[in-house]
Parts: sequence; structure tokens; C-alpha cells
Amino acid sequence: MSGAATDAPELSRREFARWMWRQVTSMRTALLLLLLLALVAIPGSVLPQASVDARAVEAYRLAHPELAPWLDRLGLFHTYTSVWFSAVYLLLMVSLVGCIVPRTIAYAKAYAARPPNAPANFSRMPASSVHQVDVPDVDAAVQRARNVLGRARIDVRERDGVTELSAESGQLREFGNLVFHLAVVGVLVGVAVGSLYGYRGAVVVTEGDDFSNVLTQYDDFASGALFDREALPPFAIHLDAVDARFQLTGPQRGAPRSFAARGTWSVGTSADQEKSFDIRVNHPLKIGRTSVFLIGQGYAPVFKVTDAEGEVVFEDAVPFLPADATYTSSGVVKVPDAQPEGLGFQGFFLPTAITVGDDKAPISAFPAAANPLVGLFVFRGDLGLDTGRPQSVFMLDKTRLTQLENKDGTPLRVSLSPGQVADLPGGGSIQFVEVRQFARLQVSSSPFAWLPLGATILGVGGLVLSLLIRPRRTWVRVSRTVIEVAALDRITRGGGDLDDHVRRVAEAVLPSPGQEET
Amino acid sequence: MTSEAYAQASTYLIAAATVVLAIAFVAHVAEWALARGADEEPTSASVAAGIGRSVTVLALLILLAGVVTRGLAAGRVPWGNMYEFGCAAVVLMLVAYLVLMRRWGRAIDWTGAAVTGIGTVVLGASMLVYVPAGPLVPALHSYWLVIHVFAAMLAGAAFVIGAIASAAYLLKSRNPAGFSRLPSATRLDEIAFKVNAFAFPIWTFAALISGPIWAQYAWGRYWGWDPKEVWAFITWVVYAGYLHARATAGWKGRAAAILCLVGFATFVFNFIGVNLFVGGLHSYAK
Ligand code: HEM
Repeated sequence: MSGAATDAPELSRREFARWMWRQVTSMRTALLLLLLLALVAIPGSVLPQASVDARAVEAYRLAHPELAPWLDRLGLFHTYTSVWFSAVYLLLMVSLVGCIVPRTIAYAKAYAARPPNAPANFSRMPASSVHQVDVPDVDAAVQRARNVLGRARIDVRERDGVTELSAESGQLREFGNLVFHLAVVGVLVGVAVGSLYGYRGAVVVTEGDDFSNVLTQYDDFASGALFDREALPPFAIHLDAVDARFQLTGPQRGAPRSFAARGTWSVGTSADQEKSFDIRVNHPLKIGRTSVFLIGQGYAPVFKVTDAEGEVVFEDAVPFLPADATYTSSGVVKVPDAQPEGLGFQGFFLPTAITVGDDKAPISAFPAAANPLVGLFVFRGDLGLDTGRPQSVFMLDKTRLTQLENKDGTPLRVSLSPGQVADLPGGGSIQFVEVRQFARLQVSSSPFAWLPLGATILGVGGLVLSLLIRPRRTWVRVSRTVIEVAALDRITRGGGDLDDHVRRVAEAVLPSPGQEET
Repeated sequence: MTSEAYAQASTYLIAAATVVLAIAFVAHVAEWALARGADEEPTSASVAAGIGRSVTVLALLILLAGVVTRGLAAGRVPWGNMYEFGCAAVVLMLVAYLVLMRRWGRAIDWTGAAVTGIGTVVLGASMLVYVPAGPLVPALHSYWLVIHVFAAMLAGAAFVIGAIASAAYLLKSRNPAGFSRLPSATRLDEIAFKVNAFAFPIWTFAALISGPIWAQYAWGRYWGWDPKEVWAFITWVVYAGYLHARATAGWKGRAAAILCLVGFATFVFNFIGVNLFVGGLHSYAK
């Protein structure tokens, strides 16, 4: 062996060490950041999140008045947009890009390069074998090696009667791995762009009512920073009917079976071009790039309130929020225009009321409206609607209201079935006219959803290549008297069949079985 | 047969399968007890092992019949609530185990006790959340249910076996001389990797492809950080960490194996904890 021949592997070993070092340091960072990401995602699943359920956050604040301000300060009600969560995933992205750019360049270079020269000393490789045999035809042996190595990239050099074959296989593995990591970046970019340009709003629409797609009509609305709120696509919806079916018999009695919202929609002002719709869960209505989803439904009893002066001061459907599986629902009626003082009602709606005992309040036995009943407490005074402070339509601000009472001092409760009227002490009356249903509709647009979807699918493809393919280098050195085989797995996945591989290659290359080994 | 008759049959079959699987577990435990301390495996131990395996196959067949009749009773795929998910997942786990037995033989047959034990526990626990066969809540009326939940169960079935191998790795690497029934630590690490490498892309498909597509149809957003989604994401990230750890100096081996167990724990928590205690849009326990 000449001196020059021993230098080459020394150098590449040093390079290998440097490469390894880079790999080790950055891989460790990536790993720690991944674990950190998993950790910082946890609080958002335990604490209510404003973006998921704003009402649950309010309830939590009321229940934990001491703790909530601290959680607020830490952004724990907005975990997934909080500074610390963002910091972790942005760092991870930086690490990821910093990792894949050099790897992509290295991959491109390696792809163009010839497979690495054979090491001087095969026995230093993880698997190798030496066979002292007579090789009558070196070229034929090399050809047999080519055959057994199949689709690997192969390079053959000849020097001083010794032929060295270097083979590199499984380069698709690194390719797949790069595709996967790039796809992770693609998903993040896609999600970010989508949320910048997307919007989502929710609105409660009662049977017989209309909704047009303008900002003021929404109960909740959220949009990305780059979405132009004035540019909501113009369309209008008329809700004819909400159809909610429940299991009538058997052990699952009362379980929801199907929900549908039916009506008509039209684009712009051309009301003559109405089309009908039938929105069901999992079957949204698509209008251009906007979709309308049915995300909830419930009851909206219609009330008619007459004040002490005999004027009808209120006649409308009032959505009551369902609180449980039997659709026991709660709501309020606000009548600020009643004279001489404003009126407020707060109470329950029971779709199928049953009495369980003389002194007990009735309860709901079934979610469909078989025996509807409302029970309302009555308040009189200033409803506080003029203060300019925003108020929930589901709550009464009782600071300047007095509750009406029975003669014995207990709170007055009026119970009404459809059609019934109750006179109020001090004049005026309230009638429960009829039951309607409401649909809670979500209108949303998720632009660029194809980007994260496409990236994820591509990523899984890359992942499969990356996990399945084993990159391997194989060397065969053939002279007239010796055949040597060695192999190295670029990625060691424990155990493995490297020895089998070397044996298989050797068996194929050896001139004829039986005359081997020393 | 009427759907009531199917439902009745399904309940009996699943109960029977639980008992049979428990018998398989006992046989495998006997195999371990008999093989204890012996260098060569005594014939009594291999007889017990044979019984364990045959009884496992029997349990699988009964369970499969139970799951199929459940589907016939409900008129839909039999994985629409926690009880059904548990039963169907055990079917997949037993299938995965038997397929691996055919492929890897001795390298995997030691998992018999763990697989049958876990299967018995999962079936027993499923009965605690039993619901009568019936149609599904409207949110689940989707063929994405079929795809998404099946993928999640398949990944889960493989995660179980990966976790068993990683747990065994931790035992074996601490005491290489003991646990003569177990393959070498290196081999155990390799088994865990192979099984998880199979499961991880499927989990990616379940959690990050089919889940978001379905969510887009049902709720108008493909990702909303609902507790179930959060934990699916956490599981994914931890398993990505596991795959990284196997290639990271200082993390290979024990740390990686622990990560595999942590990943599996997050999967189990998502299935049990989130359904029963946390709630959210995905609560399909009942
Ligand atoms: C969002 C963050 C990341 C995720 C989800 C992720 C995920 C994965 C997964 C699942 C694998 C296994 C596939 C395989 O073994 O071929 C993997 C492998 C790998 N990742 Fe990442 N990764 C992330 C970030 C990074 C970063 C920042 C680096 C830079 C150091 C990196 C470098 C690697 C390398 C070198 C491998 C191959 C490991 C091996 O040799 O088996 N990854 N990654």
C-alpha cells in the first residue's frame, strides 16, 4: 500500500467526524426543541382557550378569580398564539431551516459525486470479509458484483491489477428525509398564510329570519391580519326551517340523530336567483370560496311583551342557549322600551317539561319540543343598555334592576306554555307565543388550505422513503488472488443485516463455491 | 337476524373473547414461569407457549365476530364510540402481533404475555364504557370516520407493540444477563424502531391529514387546537422526537426507549383521558 492511499481515509474520517459533530450538536437542539414543543402545547388542552370557547374562558375566570389574572399574564388562555409557544416553534423552524439548507446542498453535491473510494483497510468497516481464492477472471467477478448490487450507484477503479468497486445505494433515503423536513416548513407557511387571509364568523339565525354576509350581522367574527373585512363576499341566506331529530326509543333515547338547516340563498341583490340549501353536519353549503356550516341549534321561544300602558313593546324570537343533552336552555329577554320602567326576564326553556315533585322546578325529559315550557324570573328597572358598555345577549346586567317578588317575598316565577299569557304585578304582561328553532351557523373561508394539505401528503411520502430505505456503501476489491468485501450502513438502526449483506455479496462474487476462506 | 339479535350476539361474543384472551394470557404467564431459570427452554414452557398462541388466535376470531356483528347491529362501521374503538383496536393489535409472529418468529413471540394481557385489560375497560349498539351522533356521519379512526387504531395497535419492545429494552439493557426469554437489547431496539417507523406515517395520516380534512367538513376549520387535536399533535411530536433520538448521540438507546414510552402514554391519554375528563368537540365516549 502506498502512503497516499492511507491518507485519503484519514481525511475523510476527519471530515466524517466534523460532519458528525455538526449533526450531533444540531440534532440535539432539534430534539430538545421538539420535546419542548410537546410540553408547551399541554396547557392549552387543560385550560379553556379563548379561540376555542370564549364562554368557557369567562366561566373559568369567574370560578378562579385569584388564579385567572396570572394565567392571563402568562397568555395561558391564548396558548397557541402566546409568546412562549410561538418562540418555541419559531426556534424550531430556524433550527430546521438551518439544518436542511446545508443538508440539501450536501445532498446535491453527493448526488453528483462519484461514490467514495474504498477504504484501505476493509477490516475497519462494520462488516467485511476476506477470501483467498484464485480469481481466473477479475472482470467477470466485478460484473457479478455489479449484478448482485442491483440498483446502487457503482464506480469501478483499477490500479496495479487490483480492481475496486464502490457502490452507494439508498440515496433516496436522504432525499425523502429532506422532502419530509421541507414539508414541515411548507405546512407551517401554509397554515400561517391561510390564517392571515382567512376569516370565520358565527351567527345565530332563527327560523324565518335572514342573514346577509356583512360584518355587523355576526355574533362573533375573527379574521386574519391581511383579510379585508369590507370585502366579505356578498350573499344572503333565508332560513326556512331547522330540523333536529333525536332517537325516540331504546337505550339511546334522546341521542341526537340528525341536524339540518334548510332555506334559500342568493348572491348579491338578485333575489330572483335564489337557490335552496340543506346544510347538515359534515355537509356545509359552499358559496364560492366561502362555506356555511351548521355548528349548533336550539330553541328560540317567541315572546310578546305588553307594558303597563298597554303598548306591545316587544315581539320577537329569543334564542335560548342549550345547556345539556335534554336541551334545557337558558336565556334572557330584554325589554328596555317598556313604560314606565324597563323589563328584563331571565330563565329557562324546557323542550319536554315534566314535573318531578310538587315543590320542585320542572325538568326537561327529552330534547325535542314535545311539551315546551318557559320559566322566567322578572326584573324591573334600568337594563343598562344605554351605558355604551357591550353586553351579552344571554345575560342581564342586574346592577340597576329589582327582582319582582311574590307576596310572601319569594322570587316571582312565571311559567308559560305556548300561547299562554302571564300578567305582571304592577301592570303589563308577557306571552309565550310559540316555539321556533335557531341554527348557529359558521361562515368561514380557509384559503390556501391546499398548501398545508399538499405539503403534509408530500411529507408523508418523504417520510416513508426516509424510514424504509437504508443507505449503504459496499466495497468489493478483487485481485487475482484475493476477494474482499466490506459494507457500511450510513444510518445504523440497530442490529441489522449488514453481515448478511456482506455474505450475500461475497457468495455472488466468488468464482465458485467451495474454495474460499482462510 | 334482526339488529337486536346481532347486538345481543355481539355483546356475548365480545365478553367471550375477553375471557378467552385472559386464558391466553394465563398460558403465556405460565410459559414465563416454567421457563424461569432454565437455560434451555423446557418443553413444558413451549407447550404453554403453544397453548397461549392457539388460544390467542381463537380469541381473535371470536372478537372479530363480535366486532362484525356489532357493525351489523348498528348498520355502520363498528368504531363509532369508545367501547367499539377499544374492541376494534384490540382486533388490530392481535392481528399486528400475529402478522409479526409470522415474519419475525422468535424475535417477537415473547410479547405474547404483554399483548394478551393488554388486550384483556383494554377489552375489560371497554365494557366499562359500554353503550348499546345504535346510530351515531350527527358529527360522526361521515366516511372520514371510517378512514380517520381506522388509521388512528392501526397506528395505535403498532404503537402498543413498539412500547412493549421499548419497555423490554429498558429491562434488558439494565440487566443483559437476565430475562433469558427476551432477545438482545439491540434486537429489541430494532423491533421497537421498525414497528414505530411503520406506525408513525400512519399516525401522521390519521392526525395530520384525514383528521384535518374531516374537521374542515364538520367544523369549517382544519385545525382548531381542540384538546383531542392538541394531544394528537403532542403524540406526533414526541414520536418525531423518538425517531430523532435514535439518531442522536447521547439519546440513542435508553433515552430513546423512554421517549417511545412517553409517546405511547400521550396516545393512551388522548384516548382515555381526553374522552373522559377533558371533553371538547371530540368527546365520543358515549
Ligand atoms: C419541526 C421539526 C422536526 C420534525 C417534526 C422532525 C421530524 C423528523 C422525523 C419524523 C424523522 C424520522 C425520519 C427518519 O428517520 O428518516 C426525522 C429525522 C431526521 N431529522 Fe428531523 N424533524 C424536525 C426538525 C429537525 C431539525 C431542526 C433537524 C436538524 C438538526 C433535523 C434533522 C433530522 C435528521 C438528520 C434526521 C435523520 C435521522 C436519522 O438519521 O435517522 N430535524 N426528523
